[in-house]
Amino acid sequence: MAADTPVEYIKHHLTNLTYGKLPEGYERADGTVVEEATWTMARTGQEAADMGFMAIHVDTMGWSIAMGLLFLGLFRFVAKRATTDTPSGVQNFVEMTVEFVQGIVRDVFHGRNPLIAPLALTLFVWIFLMNTLKLIPVDYIPSIAHAMGLEYFKIVPTTDPNGTFGIAIGVFLLILFYSFKVKGAGGFAKELSFTPFNHWSLVPFNLILEVLALIIKPISLALRLFGNMYAGEVIFILIALLPFWIQWTLNVPWAIFHLLVITLQAFIFTTLAVVYLSAAHEDH
Amino acid sequence: MNINLTLIGQTIAFAIFVWFCVKYVWPPITEAMSARQKKIADGLSAADRASLDLELAQEKASKELQKAKEESAALIDQANKRAAQIVEASKDDARKEGEKIIEQARAEIQQERVQARDALRAEVAAIAIAGAEKILETSVDAKAHSEMLDKLAAEL
Repeated sequence: MAADTPVEYIKHHLTNLTYGKLPEGYERADGTVVEEATWTMARTGQEAADMGFMAIHVDTMGWSIAMGLLFLGLFRFVAKRATTDTPSGVQNFVEMTVEFVQGIVRDVFHGRNPLIAPLALTLFVWIFLMNTLKLIPVDYIPSIAHAMGLEYFKIVPTTDPNGTFGIAIGVFLLILFYSFKVKGAGGFAKELSFTPFNHWSLVPFNLILEVLALIIKPISLALRLFGNMYAGEVIFILIALLPFWIQWTLNVPWAIFHLLVITLQAFIFTTLAVVYLSAAHEDH
Repeated sequence: MNINLTLIGQTIAFAIFVWFCVKYVWPPITEAMSARQKKIADGLSAADRASLDLELAQEKASKELQKAKEESAALIDQANKRAAQIVEASKDDARKEGEKIIEQARAEIQQERVQARDALRAEVAAIAIAGAEKILETSVDAKAHSEMLDKLAAEL
């Protein structure tokens, strides 16, 4: 483990495994200088930061894709042998989840769009699975990764703002798409200009207000999920700094509490995304 | 905490997962679920219908039974009436027949009496003639006196 002091330990656990492009002439942590711009694995947090936008978090991508495949694999497995007779155990579980999501969509979404319910299912289960990774003790996977020669390894994609913002951007694009599709460009512009105050002199004010409200939507989605997960992760790391024989008194209650937080955050993200998409479908 | 390409990668992954879910996961599951719902609803309504049918059938059966009873009662009644009629009719016939036989017998007796009387008369006439012959000691010319004899016979 490359962490000697508590601060380093925490920093280490909060740094992603980053593969990116180092600029020409960059002096690396070990003193060597990169001759020309190269794509490489960052060895320190500083290097990862200096890579700028042209970098990718291998751990975030890997684990989020793995969780997505787990979700799709399990649900596809059930979907292929779905029976109308008495369902077996795993089908029961899948159907329960589907019904739960159908309930959310029925309550919140008032338009007609066959995309929304499966979208909500994907969001809910995928985010739930990614959050669940947090319940794995904080040192297990990083230690294994370290033994395999990977300096950093942060397994929970939702504690990476890239992860949550990536999903939120997807939702935001859908909001824009359906706003234009349902209301038309003119209708959408009219809605932005003439609400909440329907008077021509207040158009600029309305525009600022509404555009802000629109942009706030993905940001609030992403930050809420990220903030909750990140804070929880930091607490787990802090607990892991305690002597090993006392840790259970804190991390067991915290993990039990997080069972709730994990589900709740996935639920909130899903519900809000459906609420926003519902608003995008409403034509005044 | 650096914002980088992961953002775009995550958006792409999300889009692909949603596409896959929309296309291959959601429809079969929800179809199976609604098919099962329909099956259960059908079953329940079939059970309702069956119990209703049973009720109707029971009602119909009891009605039929009632009707059959009434019919049989009517039949028995009719049969009784008919039997009484037949008995009455045969009694009537018998009486008529008896009367007819008696009438016939009477007629025969009458006839025989008449015949007997005629025979007797003829005999009496013959005896009377014979007596008269004896008295007169001469034969009576039957031909000559037949008119008188006939008259006599008729008076007897």
